[in-house]
Amino acid sequence: MAQTKVIALTGNQAAAEAMRQINFDVAAVYPISPQTELMGFFAEYVANGEVDTEMVAVDGEHSALATCIGAAAAGARTITASAGPGIAYMVENMYVASGMRIPMVLLDVNRALSAPLSIHCDHADSMLTRDTSWISIFSENAQEAYHNIIMSVKISEKAMFPIIVNYDGYIVSHSIEDVEILDDETVRNFVGPSDIHRIPYPLLDVDKPVTYGATAQPDYYTECKYQQHVDFLKVYDIVREVFDEFAEISGKKYDFIEEYKTEDAEYIGISMGSSFGTLKDAVDRLREQGKKVGAIKIRLYRPFPVKEIAQALSKAKGVVVLDRADSFDGIGGPLFKDIASALIASENRPYLHNFIYGLGGREIHEEEFMRAFERLERLEKGVDTRENFVEYLQVRE
Amino acid sequence: MAKKRPIALLSELASHKETFGGDMPLAPGHRMCIGCGIPPIVNEIILAINEPVIVSNATGCLEVTTGVYPVTAWNVPWIHVNFQSAATVIAGVETAYKVLKKKGVIPADKKIHFLAFGGDGGSYDIGFQALSATAERGHNVLYVCYNNEGYQNTGYQKSSATPIGAYTKTTPVGKAKVGKQEPRKDLTMIMAAHGVPYVAQASPHIFRDLTKKTKKAISMPGFKFINVLEPCTLSWRFSPEDTMRLAKLAVETRYWPVYEVINGKYWKVNIKPKKPKPIEEYIAAQPRWKHVLKYPEILEKIQKEVDEKWNLLLHLEEMSKKLAEDEGVDYEELFKVPED
Repeated sequence: MAQTKVIALTGNQAAAEAMRQINFDVAAVYPISPQTELMGFFAEYVANGEVDTEMVAVDGEHSALATCIGAAAAGARTITASAGPGIAYMVENMYVASGMRIPMVLLDVNRALSAPLSIHCDHADSMLTRDTSWISIFSENAQEAYHNIIMSVKISEKAMFPIIVNYDGYIVSHSIEDVEILDDETVRNFVGPSDIHRIPYPLLDVDKPVTYGATAQPDYYTECKYQQHVDFLKVYDIVREVFDEFAEISGKKYDFIEEYKTEDAEYIGISMGSSFGTLKDAVDRLREQGKKVGAIKIRLYRPFPVKEIAQALSKAKGVVVLDRADSFDGIGGPLFKDIASALIASENRPYLHNFIYGLGGREIHEEEFMRAFERLERLEKGVDTRENFVEYLQVRE
Repeated sequence: MAKKRPIALLSELASHKETFGGDMPLAPGHRMCIGCGIPPIVNEIILAINEPVIVSNATGCLEVTTGVYPVTAWNVPWIHVNFQSAATVIAGVETAYKVLKKKGVIPADKKIHFLAFGGDGGSYDIGFQALSATAERGHNVLYVCYNNEGYQNTGYQKSSATPIGAYTKTTPVGKAKVGKQEPRKDLTMIMAAHGVPYVAQASPHIFRDLTKKTKKAISMPGFKFINVLEPCTLSWRFSPEDTMRLAKLAVETRYWPVYEVINGKYWKVNIKPKKPKPIEEYIAAQPRWKHVLKYPEILEKIQKEVDEKWNLLLHLEEMSKKLAEDEGVDYEELFKVPED
């Protein structure tokens, strides 16, 4: 076990600390709130020579990712970070990065999408990346963000897929909490040194010229995508492997999902990111009232933990999925559809309901989540009726 | 114009690897049009460089025809990300090289040059922001625009490099409007205004000039830009064997001045046609554009633009000589190409 120390850090400071310890080769950045502070902290490390990283301050998020693709294909360990509209601007290149099987890390300091403009947290930005074949991990707090970033490097390089580490804008990025920091040597040994041969075909190996980003006609496009499809399903095992390796150095064992009082729960609430603490509080208060309720947090969002979810919900009567983004499609939020899909082969499918909450930084309180559970129970028992699977939890009338 | 000739079978060409340059940086067997000016530009440039190169490519004619899965025509490391990112991607590669050299991962004596190729769409329009930003950050990169004055890969739409009056699919010749309404943007001047070490215009028919410019460019650390006119047989609609003839006419009519700029302040016009040909001769050779010969007012605008730009360049050249003299700098020395 490694030496650790506990320091009071904001989410952005913890992320910057992970970046410093990993000592990425290249970081491409473009400012956008609430990510700006993170790159500001990291720029200080660069300016003071505490890292070897070349930081490239580019002309936009599209270019940030293009820079990362070039650097990572060359053989460098590479990171960028963004939020909200910046993520939206990156999406074209996200497909390119995963299609070319280039490992790299993207920190998404989750922020709402315009319009109306909001710099505050929700998950609409990350939901844009659902189908990009990037591995996606959500963090509940600064501690998890710190751990996830360290693990993400290894996951991405083993899987040969790029990875997103999400943490909630302002709620996590700007809140101070105690964070247990590993020592530098442990982190550097865990991720391993810079080496262009971490990837099979680095551009910088000029004696073995390779072609990256070819055109594929209808005779081959499907085969390329099929390879991507098959390999993306291998990510589950790789993530599990890295979670295990990380437990050995940190003592902290992560799983794809985190369950709270679900053992005997009749009704289960599911959320991602910072609201999980509030959800657990709501569970505790309802338990005090004698309600058998529980909560699940999704940590690994892509690939989606289908089996784990099906297993965890196998005994529940009802499930309320709490989405921090709307899909505007008459079905439900993105997470709701994922959960519903995960249950498609379940024999005793629980009653499913969906609430949209926390948009554009709207604070969420345990009473509101309690209300979500209560509505779920009444619907499941046939006391209430509904017009749609999806409802808004926090609208001012 | 020459008569049409029979075309050799690909299988026959492929069996003559040595004769047909199978070890060229951009090997034969790619799918570019017969008579396309791009392959000679690419090979002239890469062959002028003695050390290894890594190439990034914007989406466009060059890209879609040379790396078609599962085959590639590229004998050098090559990457394509998308339309607007050629400059940024090569900046990423160059940054990786820089930091990995610093970390000792790449040997200190390992010299690699970083090249980007983009068409005018990828350079003048959609990739303009990325190009400008890469120049501003001073990455050690040579960016080459092969300028065929329109979106040729998508079937010829207008770009900001398309000249006034020219037909394109998005600027047709109709009763109310005759081709493109605006004059072409001058990207070379804009790049020179970035104050980068080296900016040049070149034409593929003067391969020694292009070779010299490439050698000069890579001898200077920092960002370099060369804009090469690339007459497009398909969309400009001239016969495939006339590509170099068109390029020559563009220079002889002063439509495409061949010049270079050091540090954004010292200008040199490399070729000064003693008896410039009238612009009509160049226009008449291009069915995409020759309808303007019937419109004296458009023709006048074109000739005026050409004359004014030419005059400006000569003045900039004169001014540069005086400036160099004032600064005690040897003007001729500035443009010398170092020995290999």
